[in-house]
Amino acid sequence: MADLAVYFRLARAQVRGQLSYRGSFVMNCFGQALAQGNDLLVILVVFGRVAALGGFDITAVLLFYALSGMSFGLADMVVGSIERLPTYVRTGAFDVVLMRPLATLFQLFAGDFQLRRIGRVLTAFGTLVYVLSTTDIHWTPAKALLLVLTPLAGATIFAAIFVAANSVSFWFVDSRELANAVTYGGSYLTSYPITVYVGWLRTLMAYIVPGAFVAYYPGLTLLDRADPLGGPSWLGWLDTPVAALAALVAGLIWRTAVRHYRGTGS
Amino acid sequence: MCAVIGCYLRITLAGFHRYSTYRQAVLAGTATNIVFGLIKVGILSGVFLARDGASIGGYDLTTTITYVWLGQGLLGVVDLWSEDDLAERIRTGDIVVDLSRPWNLQTALLCTDLGRAGYSAIARFVPQLLLGAVFFPFRWPDDPMVAPAFVLSTALAVLVSFNLRFLLGLTTFWLLDSRGVRSLYSIAAPTLAGLEIPLSFFPGWAQHALSFTPFPSMLQFPINVFVQDGPVLAMLAQQLLWALLLAATARLVLARAMHKVVVQGG
Amino acid sequence: MIEVSELGRTFTVTRKAGRFRRTRQDVVAVGGVSFEVRAGETVGYIGPNGAGKSTTIKMLTGILVPTAGRVRVCGLDPSRQRAELARRIGVVFGQRSQLWWDLPLRESFDLLRHIFRVPAGDHAKRLQECAELLGLHEFLDTPVRQLSLGQRMRGEVTAALLHGPELLVLDEPTIGLDLDSKERLREFLSELNTTRGTTLLLTTHDLDDIERLCRRMMVIDRGRVLADGPLAELRDEVTPERVLVVDFERPCEELTGLPGVQTVKVEGGGLRQQLSFRRDTVTAATLISMISQRSPVHDVAVIEPDIDDVVRQLYRR
Repeated sequence: MADLAVYFRLARAQVRGQLSYRGSFVMNCFGQALAQGNDLLVILVVFGRVAALGGFDITAVLLFYALSGMSFGLADMVVGSIERLPTYVRTGAFDVVLMRPLATLFQLFAGDFQLRRIGRVLTAFGTLVYVLSTTDIHWTPAKALLLVLTPLAGATIFAAIFVAANSVSFWFVDSRELANAVTYGGSYLTSYPITVYVGWLRTLMAYIVPGAFVAYYPGLTLLDRADPLGGPSWLGWLDTPVAALAALVAGLIWRTAVRHYRGTGS
Repeated sequence: MCAVIGCYLRITLAGFHRYSTYRQAVLAGTATNIVFGLIKVGILSGVFLARDGASIGGYDLTTTITYVWLGQGLLGVVDLWSEDDLAERIRTGDIVVDLSRPWNLQTALLCTDLGRAGYSAIARFVPQLLLGAVFFPFRWPDDPMVAPAFVLSTALAVLVSFNLRFLLGLTTFWLLDSRGVRSLYSIAAPTLAGLEIPLSFFPGWAQHALSFTPFPSMLQFPINVFVQDGPVLAMLAQQLLWALLLAATARLVLARAMHKVVVQGG
Repeated sequence: MIEVSELGRTFTVTRKAGRFRRTRQDVVAVGGVSFEVRAGETVGYIGPNGAGKSTTIKMLTGILVPTAGRVRVCGLDPSRQRAELARRIGVVFGQRSQLWWDLPLRESFDLLRHIFRVPAGDHAKRLQECAELLGLHEFLDTPVRQLSLGQRMRGEVTAALLHGPELLVLDEPTIGLDLDSKERLREFLSELNTTRGTTLLLTTHDLDDIERLCRRMMVIDRGRVLADGPLAELRDEVTPERVLVVDFERPCEELTGLPGVQTVKVEGGGLRQQLSFRRDTVTAATLISMISQRSPVHDVAVIEPDIDDVVRQLYRR
């Protein structure tokens, strides 16, 4: 627990460093917001041509998009810099991480916390506020709790995906882009109802990589909608346990990966 | 004259060769392109399902799926993201070495980029074209003349893209840190060029506005030439116009930048 | 402090053999190294590039896991008890920084205080001490990115010492520093060893570091220890020849007939003569008294062999 305070301190120091280049920070933040807005634009263009997609109207899809975007944005902000792992390994910065009496993974998260990525979260949050204020949702205390937990659980799922996918670069240094397929690809996929995807892609990206629990199932529960794929209605409440499981698996993969690094020290 | 052409031919081949050494990276990039392609096929199929198959502009379901694989494959060839290389060399001052060589920097970098594009065409475009053709509904052109027109259109797309990226890199001479500008371009360019959804899905006014920009020339036009949507000659002419205009502008800007280096010492 | 026995590290390298075939090959980086470093020692660990120095250091600090042998540092197994060990040793890598690029030096130190959980009082005392001795005061509030290499290096060394380690491991600490900074750093480290008793282990290419700092030298090449011992002993063992420079009061003819002595050079028509002799056959004192019987001597000097020569000789063996 005492370590937790140290990680916060590290993250705060990192943010202070970033804020010392104010102009660049604002520009980057705006860029991130725009990148997320770009996906929104595509959804709007699509709904200019159709009334429903995969059996869902624009409100539902915007809700999926907003939940997915907030989850991904938060994960990207805290964990996204793990993409730079090959650089850490090449420059020896990872050795410095190993020299400190702290857990490697949390050091990396805290040491490269990217506040500018809040831009993504803001765009998605704006969309969420818009959707919730224009839609008639039958609110209950449980649903309110679900609404708060969903972005956090979603962020944990994405964080787990980031860690697991980027652990690969301890073995294949040049294969960094492969991780994008599940990280950015996951963000792209979960912004839409998973009903539109063919069976095996859905199985892979929505259940094995548990993308369906980022936005789709919780979204259905919030809207009181039945799953057209026939899933039981309680699946929406599973997002937090699924997130915990994903985090555990990712942690194990990371440990194996670091052990491999300490065995090769490339 | 022959010697000069020989020199640039060498540079092109070197670009091809250099890129071919990043085999792992190319493979990872292609795999990622394919995953994004699969997701896109899902979403766009959903669009046509919702429309009972009614086409949008000249695009029906088969054309749209063909568009997806052409777009994903061309992405690596055309390269819509602005890379760091030139900007970094300008920022560090290494550019002086490049400028002092007995070559035209713009032409030399273009040759390198053409080499890279050539390798990508083989390693990234062809596999995805075949993947689309074998496993998905695919629309092959019914006119043999489409083949040379498509190759020409792709080459022009690379020219347009290169000159735009070159210009963006050159802004570093004045901005010192051009990362903000370049990242905004990297966010906007793919969507505006037609990577996310076919430009014909956009509302009429947006399509009209885009037709005054170089963006469709970089991706949508080569694809349209392949799927035989729209007047071929007009598209090629527009691409050529943009290529020449941007090349001339870049030449002018480079001359100004060199003047700046000579007078102010960088 | 450090116990290493038969420590080995083998890397498996995949090489391209033809278009698709790849062969795996084992490369021995460190092949069975044994040594012991006692508390308070100062040890220079030297060897050419690729000799296995960095690999050894990484195994000692828990960054790399050994493939053979046994290693104990401060009584701990580095690879298993990495975090625990990190609190008890300090590590300085000359070419990688553990400071925060955008933060003032003082804030980097403060972060390290929290990371290593150092009580505020101890921290302040140690920082004050280091700042005094290394002259950090003038740039404590400057962001690290604006420091010169010499200033940054002094910061790095301080960073490694704030948690009061028993052992300080330095990998190429003086690389790229100007002469003044080098000298200052050496003085500080030597002081650290004598007053606080901190054990020092350093790798270097600059043999002056060894000469100034280390009472013991270990030479490694191709993953094996070639020599290990006090600097003076190694010097005698490897290059027993010394040169005696004699300045006479008036020109004197070339000295001959002295047992085991050879003339190296005669200058100024015999006014200065350089003689080489072996320390194991004759002492400098005996030699001088023999010479002064022949002709009045104005001044004498014994030239020790250059440490570079010693090392070169060692590699050749």
